Amino acid sequence: MSNVTLQHVTKRFPGVVALQDVSFAIDDGEFFVLLGPTGAGKTTTLRIIAGLERHDGGTILFDDEPVDDYAPADRDVAFVFQQYSLYPTMSVFDNLAFPLRSPLRRVPVEQIRTRVRDTADKLRITHLLDRKTAHLSGGEMQRVSIGRAIIRDPRVFLMDEPLSNLDAKLREALRVELQHLQKTQASTTLFVTHDQIEALTMADRIAVLDEGCVVQMGTPDDIYDRPTTTFVARLVGTPRINLLDTARENGVLTVKGSSMELRALSQELPASFLLGIRPEDVTPDSEGEFAGRVALIEPLGVETILHVEIGDQTLLSLVPGMTPLRTGENVRFSIVPDRLHYFDNDGHRIQL
Amino acid sequence: MTSFAETGPRTAVTEGIRVDKVNPRARLLKNIRAVVVIILALVGLIPVFAMGITAFKSRADVVAVPPKLLFEPTLEGFVFLLTDRSQLRGTTLAEAQENAEGGEPIGIFDRIALQNGQRINGPSDFILRLRNSLIIAGGSTLLSVTLGLFAAYAFSRFEIPGKDDLLFFILSTRMLPAVVVAVPLFLMYRQLGLHDTHFGMILLYTVFNLSLTVWLLKGFIDEIPREYEEAALVDGYTRLQAFFKIVLPQAATGVAATTVFSFIFAWNEYAFALMLTSNNARTAPPAIATMLGRGGIEWSAIAAGTLAFLIPVIFITFALRKHLLRGVTFGAVRQ
Ligand SMILES: Nc1ncnc2c1ncn2[C@@H]1O[C@H](COP(=O)(O)OP(=O)(O)O)[C@@H](O)[C@H]1O
Ligand SMILES: [Mg+2]
Repeated sequence: MSNVTLQHVTKRFPGVVALQDVSFAIDDGEFFVLLGPTGAGKTTTLRIIAGLERHDGGTILFDDEPVDDYAPADRDVAFVFQQYSLYPTMSVFDNLAFPLRSPLRRVPVEQIRTRVRDTADKLRITHLLDRKTAHLSGGEMQRVSIGRAIIRDPRVFLMDEPLSNLDAKLREALRVELQHLQKTQASTTLFVTHDQIEALTMADRIAVLDEGCVVQMGTPDDIYDRPTTTFVARLVGTPRINLLDTARENGVLTVKGSSMELRALSQELPASFLLGIRPEDVTPDSEGEFAGRVALIEPLGVETILHVEIGDQTLLSLVPGMTPLRTGENVRFSIVPDRLHYFDNDGHRIQL
Repeated sequence: MTSFAETGPRTAVTEGIRVDKVNPRARLLKNIRAVVVIILALVGLIPVFAMGITAFKSRADVVAVPPKLLFEPTLEGFVFLLTDRSQLRGTTLAEAQENAEGGEPIGIFDRIALQNGQRINGPSDFILRLRNSLIIAGGSTLLSVTLGLFAAYAFSRFEIPGKDDLLFFILSTRMLPAVVVAVPLFLMYRQLGLHDTHFGMILLYTVFNLSLTVWLLKGFIDEIPREYEEAALVDGYTRLQAFFKIVLPQAATGVAATTVFSFIFAWNEYAFALMLTSNNARTAPPAIATMLGRGGIEWSAIAAGTLAFLIPVIFITFALRKHLLRGVTFGAVRQ
C-alpha cells in the first residue's frame, strides 16, 4: 500500500471547472473519505487519480513519486465504480479473476483459483461464482465489484459511492463489512460519498468538496464539531443544524424574529451573524431558559425530532427515545452554551 | 359501457402472465395481427416462389400460358446454367442418341442435354462467377467491418478534432449517386490496373460499405458504457486488450448485423460489377443478367442461377438471425 498526494490539481471541462486547486494527502493505510454533494467533482478526482482522466494542472504523487504520465494499468490502483462495472459477458468467477489474468501480473492459474476462492469467502459470494453477472442483485453485484478490487494488492483503493445504489439495510451491512476489511488489511482507501453518515462512520479523515474546491479537511470530529463554513455545517449531521440570523448588541445576542436572547460569550462577534446550534444541543427542560411551542414531532424510535417554534423561527431539537410532549404544547428548553457555532454573513466560521 | 369487471381477466393477473394470455379481446387482436403479418410475408414471397418453381420447369412449361403450377420437374435449368454445351447435328446427334438408348452409361446432366440435342463440353463459368462473388463480397465485408469497427470505436470514445465534420463526411459518401463516379472510376481503375481484379472490387465495395459500417457500429459502441473498459484499464489491461476482451463481446450483436448488411450489399451489387469486371473477376449478378442475351432467353437457367445466388445470403442471415433481430430493432426501444 502507498500514500497518495494531490498537489494543486485542476481540471476543466468545456464550460465547467470541475476541480479547482485540489490538494490533499492520504497516508498509507488511511481510510480517507471525499464528501460532497452531486456535481462537486468527486468522481472526477477519482478518475484523475486512476489515470482515466487527464488533469489540466497540478501533480499526483504515489509514495512521493509523480504518476501523472502513467497509464491506468501502470498505476496499480483498484477502482470500484458507482455502477456498470462488472463485465456482463463473464461469470462472477471470471470477473474476480480478470485483474489477476492481466498480462502485467502473470499470476499462475492455480493461484488465481485460490485467490478467487479466498476473496469470494471473505465477501460471502462463493455460491455465486458460476453465475453470469446479469443475474445478480444490486447488493451481490457490488460485493463482486468490491471483490474484484480486493483480490489483488493495489497501491490504493478508489471507491466511487459503492453503496449509494443499494437499499438502506444492505448499505448498512456492507458499510460495516467494508470498514472491517479496510481495517484488517490496512489498505489505503479513498472513498467517495455524498452521504454524511457514511463519511462520519467510516473515515479516518474527511475532505469536504464543494464545486471543485476542498472546503474543509479533518477528522470526523473536526468536521462535525468545528465546521469551517455553513456549507459544511449543513452537509453533516441529521437533522440539519439550526442556523439563525442573530444580532449582537453589547453583551446580548438576539435571534431575529424571535424572543430568544443569549449572553454573548465574546465581544469579538460582529453586529450581525449566523448562530449555529446542533439539534442535539437543544434540550427540552422544564427549568429551561427559553419558551416555545411544539409545532411537529417526528418519532424515529431511537430518537425523536421536535420542531419548536419561537416567534418566526423554528428550531429542531433531537431528544433520545420517545417524548411525552404533544404537538401544540408549550415547551421550555435549554441550549448548551459552549457548543454554539458562529458564522459570519458570508458563511465562514468565526473562531472565538 | 361495459366495465372492466365484465370484460377483464377471469383469473387473477399475476406477475409473468401477459394481458393477451387472459384477456380474450387482446388475444383476438394479437391473432389478427399475426394473420396480417403472415399474408404480407406470403405476398412478399410470391416472386421468390415463382423463381423457385421456374428453376425446375422445362423449356416448354416456362413459357406456358397460363403459368403451370403443376408440372414435371426437371433439372434442365441447372444443366443450362452449370454446363457449357454444343449443339449436335445430323449424324452425330443420331449416333449419340443411339448410344444412349443402347445402354451406354451417361450421367443425368448428359441425358438432359441430349434431349435438347446438345452435348456437354464441360462446366460453365457460372461456378467461377459465384466463386468470385464469394471472394469479393466476403473480402470486402471482412475489411469494411474490421476497419469500420476500429473507426467506430475511435469516434465513440476519443476526442478527435473535427469529429462531427469527419463523421458527416463519411456519411456524405453515401449521398452521391453511384453513376456519378462511374466513368472516372472506370478510367482510374484501367490506369491503375485494377480493372477486372478481385482486389479492385474488394477495395471498391469496402469503400462503399465503410460509411454504413462506421455509422452502424458507432451506434452500437455508443450504447456500451465506458465504465466497462475503464474498469479493465484500471485492472491492468491496455486499451487494445480491453477492446478485444470487453468491448468486442458486447458489440457482437452489432458486428453481426453490420456483417449481414455489408455482405448483402457487396453480394447484390450489379452496376459497378458490370462495368469494372469482364472475365477474371466478374461476379454473379452481371453474369446472370448477360445470360439473357445469349441465344434466346433461358428463363429456367436464369431462375436456377438466381436461386443459387440466394443461398449464401439465406445461409448467412439464418446463421446470424438471433443477433440480426436485435440489430434491426436496435435503437427503436429506449431503455
Ligand atoms: N466528461 C465530462 N465532460 C464535461 N463535464 C463533466 C465531465 N465529467 C464531469 N463533468 C462535470 O464536472 C463536474 C463534476 O462532476 P463529477 O466529478 O462527476 O461530480 P460528482 O462525482 O461529485 O457528482 C460536474 O459539473 C460535471 O457536470
Ligand atoms: Mg459521481
